[in-house]
Amino acid sequence: MSSWARFVETFLNTKVMLKYLPDVLSGVVVTIELALLVVVTGIAAGLALALVRSLGIRPLNWLIVFVVDLFRSLPPLVVIVLIYFGLPSVNVSPSGFVSTWLSLAFVLMAFSEEIFWAGITSVARGQWEAARSTGLSFGQTLMSVVLPQAVRLTIPPLTNRTIAITKGTALGTVVAVTEILGQASSAMSNSYNPSPLMMGAAAYIVLFFPVVVAARWVETRLAWKR
Amino acid sequence: MIQSFFNPEIIAASWPIVRAGLLNTVLLSLLVVPLGLFGGLILALLASVKHPAIRWPLMAWVDFFRAFPPLVLLILLFAGLPFAGLELGGFVCVAIAFFLNTGAYYGEILRAGIDSIPGGQIEAARSTGLSRLQAMTYVVLPQAVRNVLPDLLSNTLEVVKLTALGSVVAVPELLYQARQAQSLTYNATPIVVAAVIYFVMLWPVVRLLSRLENRALAAR
Repeated sequence: MSSWARFVETFLNTKVMLKYLPDVLSGVVVTIELALLVVVTGIAAGLALALVRSLGIRPLNWLIVFVVDLFRSLPPLVVIVLIYFGLPSVNVSPSGFVSTWLSLAFVLMAFSEEIFWAGITSVARGQWEAARSTGLSFGQTLMSVVLPQAVRLTIPPLTNRTIAITKGTALGTVVAVTEILGQASSAMSNSYNPSPLMMGAAAYIVLFFPVVVAARWVETRLAWKR
Repeated sequence: MIQSFFNPEIIAASWPIVRAGLLNTVLLSLLVVPLGLFGGLILALLASVKHPAIRWPLMAWVDFFRAFPPLVLLILLFAGLPFAGLELGGFVCVAIAFFLNTGAYYGEILRAGIDSIPGGQIEAARSTGLSRLQAMTYVVLPQAVRNVLPDLLSNTLEVVKLTALGSVVAVPELLYQARQAQSLTYNATPIVVAAVIYFVMLWPVVRLLSRLENRALAAR
């Protein structure tokens, strides 16, 4: 057998791949579910925190800044392990899926709050005052004057962060979530063949590569022309 | 609550294990950050050659690693390569994975930095007799790095946090050691201790970054 044939036999074995394709596909579904949950809840929570922060209530803002800093400095995997292995000792036992979802959502919340807040503060104070003096309410000023400008500034860093954190769904493997990597690794140990892992790797590329390319496109579209 | 998360006896008993992990995390970071920077520098220098035959493959390379979860890359190296008769050990796998993954991110940042330097500067430097490489090292890069310093720092923070992945391939860094201590003591305290250590270690960096970002916005 030529070495190429042996390579294909080992890493791209069609028989093994076909056998474990359903497993990996079910992993893809779990990854997509987890990713969507993280993105929606994480960004919504981040936006909510940034809006609360713009109210300017001192003690509340300190708390927000602390929580944001906390989740910016802890590695996501540490948060996952902490929730999954730590909480059971106070009789709360979240599943691996819930632990991963909560952890990544907290991390995305922290990063997106920071980005939204930077966007809000980037709009000059005079614009707030001018808008308010024309009779717009606080909410109207926020919605029609500040946010439209802030969003343009926040989209590129936000998409980058979101992609980086969403890729973290693979960390769920560590706490037995049956997402792509989990399914692919267990298929690999069952078949004693790395082909399922190659299939899993390909699945990540199929899922995330278009997102990365789309993000790059949005980034160039939104760039301020200097 | 205190019994299960901040148990002083457990902290005392597990400290030697956790401390060894902390030391390894610091050492690992000192290895992978320069490694990633080096990979990024290669990519950025290649990108400064504005030829389509280089530009497109390079962009595909960078986007590939932006799309590929680092943990999958790590597992692929650690569990996949042995099937090709190549057993590398967790530590080497982490080093290679970080070189590839974080190199792509550093590369993007450095490329943006180099792009921010007007072309006229290279022409001026070249016309004084500097070679292309000299112009790059003495004129462009120092300014480029300065322009993207906050992004470089922010990525470095991510890289240090990412070293926690080493625990999955049995590299005895902070998280791995904490989990060992946890399974020995049947108590979550060591993991809380590890989390506190990460926070204490990285919080100043996060604060600094926040201030740099705000200052950059104020300067607009």
